[in-house]
Amino acid sequence: MKYLDEFNDPVLARRLFDDIRALTTRPWSMMEVCGGQTHSIIRHGIDQLLPDEIELIHGPGCPVCVTPLETIDKALEIASRPKVIFCSFGDMLRVPGSGRDLFKVKSQGGDVRVVYSPLDALRLAQDNPDRQVVFFGIGFETTAPPNAMTVYQAKKLGITNFSLLVSHVRVPPAIDAIMNSPDCRVQAFLAAGHVCTVMGTAEYPVLAERHKVPIVVTGFEPLDILEGIRRAVRQLETGRHVVENAYPRAVQPEGSPAARAMLADVFEVTDRPWRGIGVIPQSGWRLSSRYRDYDAEHRFSVADIDTRESTVCRSGEVLQGLIKPHECAAFGKQCTPRNPLGATMVSSEGACAAYYLYRRLQLPTTEEASSVG
Amino acid sequence: MADALDATGPTYAPADFSGWTCPAPLRDHDRVVMGHGGGGTLSAELVEHLFVPAFGNDVLSELGDSARLPASGERLAFSTDSFVVRPLFFPGGSIGDLAVNGTVNDLAMAGARPLFLSCGFILEEGVELAVVARVAEAFGAAARAAGVTVATGDTKVVEAGHGDGVFINTAGIGRIPDGVDIHPRRARPGDVILVSGAIGVHGVAIMSVREGLEFGVEIESDTAPLGDLVANLLAACPDVHVLRDPTRGGLATTLNEIAAASGVGVALEEDALPVPDAVANACALLGLDPLYVANEGKLAAFVPPDRADACLAVLRAHPLGKEAVAVGRCVPDHPGMVVSATGLGGTRVVDMPLGEQLPRIC
Repeated sequence: MKYLDEFNDPVLARRLFDDIRALTTRPWSMMEVCGGQTHSIIRHGIDQLLPDEIELIHGPGCPVCVTPLETIDKALEIASRPKVIFCSFGDMLRVPGSGRDLFKVKSQGGDVRVVYSPLDALRLAQDNPDRQVVFFGIGFETTAPPNAMTVYQAKKLGITNFSLLVSHVRVPPAIDAIMNSPDCRVQAFLAAGHVCTVMGTAEYPVLAERHKVPIVVTGFEPLDILEGIRRAVRQLETGRHVVENAYPRAVQPEGSPAARAMLADVFEVTDRPWRGIGVIPQSGWRLSSRYRDYDAEHRFSVADIDTRESTVCRSGEVLQGLIKPHECAAFGKQCTPRNPLGATMVSSEGACAAYYLYRRLQLPTTEEASSVG
Repeated sequence: MADALDATGPTYAPADFSGWTCPAPLRDHDRVVMGHGGGGTLSAELVEHLFVPAFGNDVLSELGDSARLPASGERLAFSTDSFVVRPLFFPGGSIGDLAVNGTVNDLAMAGARPLFLSCGFILEEGVELAVVARVAEAFGAAARAAGVTVATGDTKVVEAGHGDGVFINTAGIGRIPDGVDIHPRRARPGDVILVSGAIGVHGVAIMSVREGLEFGVEIESDTAPLGDLVANLLAACPDVHVLRDPTRGGLATTLNEIAAASGVGVALEEDALPVPDAVANACALLGLDPLYVANEGKLAAFVPPDRADACLAVLRAHPLGKEAVAVGRCVPDHPGMVVSATGLGGTRVVDMPLGEQLPRIC
């Protein structure tokens, strides 16, 4: 496929691995921000092929992982109600709330549907005027514009039985929060390419300067990731800390003006809790006052939900790169992909799930083998 | 994460399945969830911990695609499958084709020549008879193409809203030729793994119509009866160790099941996997992995290394196997696990899916 095959070329990859090895003189830790990048790194075995000195820390850019438990519990509550059609992207269905997930709600009679676009949910609302259709609007600057467009369309078309359960988050405040942590080990960032496709790069120079940290806007195919790493190492080795765009085929400095205008109309910046991390100021979006009627939290009273987070799960520290997944006492014991305590164990983008699979190869036993069969 | 190669970190215990017995075996779910039908771990547990204990006998508990029955002087294969496909008609086939080919292929995966088929139709009140007739015609045509006799049948109707148009169950009986001993526990280190053609085609074809997704080109299901192909293969190499048609859960699930049953590791070569561009593109867009997407009309064969080239040649000489390739081999390392060499030279574990594969958000 054009723009995929070319960026998966093993010969060019080998050359980039060699370049990175030649540039590297000492240990460096860098964080790939986006879960899509983590997935690609694991999927292609990139981490195994880097010099030992380069440590990749999996960042908080997995929307499944950082959506707060309280929001998931609200989703479960709304989805359980009669006359509701609850729509979500697929991999949110398995994320555990306080005791159950959307799959269980579905099996208990809730009308939960996987859709591929929020506009599909809007169509469902049009086709089912006697039902309330709710879309679970989670994710970063990447998924926010289509969700904004859907709410905009709903208002324009006068569709009143549609609402959005919003838990959108923004990358730059998270980078700031990670760098402000006293235990922070991150020395460079591979910024999330598609986030910058929407937002551009203007938010990042201030962060690079404030924290003296290189930020390289990086894509998702193997060569994109290797090029991002190469540029980050080059900056680190030469003591520089600027914003570089290693994904110019998708990222313009100004981003997408149309998408940003839609975001500015429909959403407003707000403080937002991140699962396992806590509230990060100015790190999220909520519907602006013009669109407040489309906010599912307003439409359904879900304020009094009893939220119980696992007391042993340390996914927040994993998400900040403070510990490796296997350093959590629950890892692989109480917490596995089939019984996840935290969302980082759910999605294949989640650091714990990726690490679980990866370490299984290092420590195989026949008992394990039979347990998965 | 380069230091993750260091294996000195803490270990972890495998999931604790002790104490899992009928009648309350499914500790995570007190109701059926969609994942129980997804062909992954949840499906396997439903079978192993609910149905097998309830029905238990030696013939069933082998858990091959088809049971192998002792009969006077002959060995029979016996298999059943239920079909709950939506939509009923899709590019390249219909539920009628699937209901025949699914069971016929399960028989073929025991090395058997399919002989007889039963059919149970569960119809939803209100479904148009013209629709039922189209399904029945497709069913009959598929049976004739597969050379199998529809010997017995049954029809039930459920109230409107209690079904999804047409459900079909089929059961089939076939004869296993002398000298053939194919079952899931027979894979051995050194075995070469052959796949008879492109993977992921059926799943993407179904998704494209079910979800109304357009991928630029129409992708047709690859549903087809495999009895002939298997007969040719066995004529050339009676000592095929394992056969499986990688339907629900895709090739990854099939390979994991066989690795676990035989206690061998499976080493895959990612570059060798036959993934058509249209399937690769659809999967890239949806965040799916073609290894986990359903197939019809395809088989995976585990064959002894010295017969691999001959088997490949026989498969390629048949219209249904002309794109056959070797995709990997069995190894003594990492028993029960499937590990793929990535195109870049790294490795990844190709795990058993839990339930259905879910499209990723980003």
